[in-house]
Amino acid sequence: MDVLDASNLRGRGGAGFPTGRKWRSVAAGSRGDAVVVVNLAEGEPASFKDRTLGALRPHLILDGAALAVESVAASRAIVYVGREHSAAREALRFAAGERRRLNRDECGFEIVDAPARYVAGETSALVNRLNGGPAKPTMTPPRPHQVGVLGRPTLIQNAETLAHVALIARYGADWFRQVGTVESPGTALVTVLGAVVRPSVIEVDRGATVGEVIDAAGGLVRAAQAVLLGGYFGTWVPANEAWSLRLEDQELASHGTSLGCGVVMVLPTTSCGVAESARILRYLAGESAGQCGPCVFGLDWIASAMERAALGRTDRSDRDRLVRWAGQVSHRGACHHPDGAVRLLNSALRVFEGDLALHLVRQPCRSSRVASTILPPAPGRTEWH
Amino acid sequence: MALSWHIRWDPIRCGAHGYCAEILPERITLDDWGFPIVSSEPVGSELEELARRAVAQCPLLALKLERRSDGGH
Repeated sequence: MDVLDASNLRGRGGAGFPTGRKWRSVAAGSRGDAVVVVNLAEGEPASFKDRTLGALRPHLILDGAALAVESVAASRAIVYVGREHSAAREALRFAAGERRRLNRDECGFEIVDAPARYVAGETSALVNRLNGGPAKPTMTPPRPHQVGVLGRPTLIQNAETLAHVALIARYGADWFRQVGTVESPGTALVTVLGAVVRPSVIEVDRGATVGEVIDAAGGLVRAAQAVLLGGYFGTWVPANEAWSLRLEDQELASHGTSLGCGVVMVLPTTSCGVAESARILRYLAGESAGQCGPCVFGLDWIASAMERAALGRTDRSDRDRLVRWAGQVSHRGACHHPDGAVRLLNSALRVFEGDLALHLVRQPCRSSRVASTILPPAPGRTEWH
Repeated sequence: MALSWHIRWDPIRCGAHGYCAEILPERITLDDWGFPIVSSEPVGSELEELARRAVAQCPLLALKLERRSDGGH
């Protein structure tokens, strides 16, 4: 854990919590009975990095998880994999079997399906599911590191983060810090998609710029209008501002954005930012767990207002409503699902302000009436179990 | 740190009956869908009795009165 602290590794699931500190808080409450969970739910439709890593380098993830088991004194290890990520699940199942045969000292890995729902990977939802309930968030505290799976201290770590842990254990904290910046060391797996030549998962230096990352994906197929950073809970950034932005926490924060789960999605000038934002918000509204009123009703109303705006069937008062509802939905759920949707909405209101103003006086752009979208298809919704 | 009474709202339990906002409008208003927006301001002694009644009247037990340091969670 000292090496982890020295590496300054932060979680790569979206929240960016310092990994060493997280392990210590679980270890502090463990009496040799903690639980380690590899989080590969990856419910975000625009992110492919964890499922790709799981399919191609399953042992690297499990190496990191085995180190976690040892460090926090755990007696169980579970790999929680999105039901629709079949290649990753089979690779991890095969790898877990190999380890059971070849390394009998290691605590075995159970593979558990995560329902194909956006919030299934949220930590309290994950614990709920592993305890036999639906994959819906619960009220916190208690937090999983205190009372988690089977009521025990539980370490929940994103798959990519554990792969970095395995490499840091092999080559050291200094090696990890050779690339990236002081505050955001190492590399990151990013999913580059939208109007790029080769939509792909790429490992990049944390000091690289958004422009360099897009070049690494073969460059643009069309002129870019804006870039969505951090996935559906992320933020739109105008293309000219995004290009020179480094994928480094402080620099991203100063522009009101973050790397989140590592999505870089390019919106071409031939697409409508209002329409694409409406599609994302409609998807997120449908992915509410249906438990908290402001999320159930608020996200639906917000998505409807954006859809009206996209089609030009509205007036300026809808913009005021969107702002009011954003305020009424923020921080009013048991989990951060509504907060993530509001973050996306607020960035859309800012970045597509001019477009939206035209839409609201019933002059929608032509591309908003086109049915095509740059968004990847969302998986079919499954039950919550 | 000074401890004072705060109202804690459980959005999962809440069913938007709205009694709380009727009883304690000084600290609880309703959003556009009828769910309570609880002020982060502490409940002073002059409101404590009303706050207890608001908590007790909730048919779904979605409110709690708890003692904690100001501004914390």
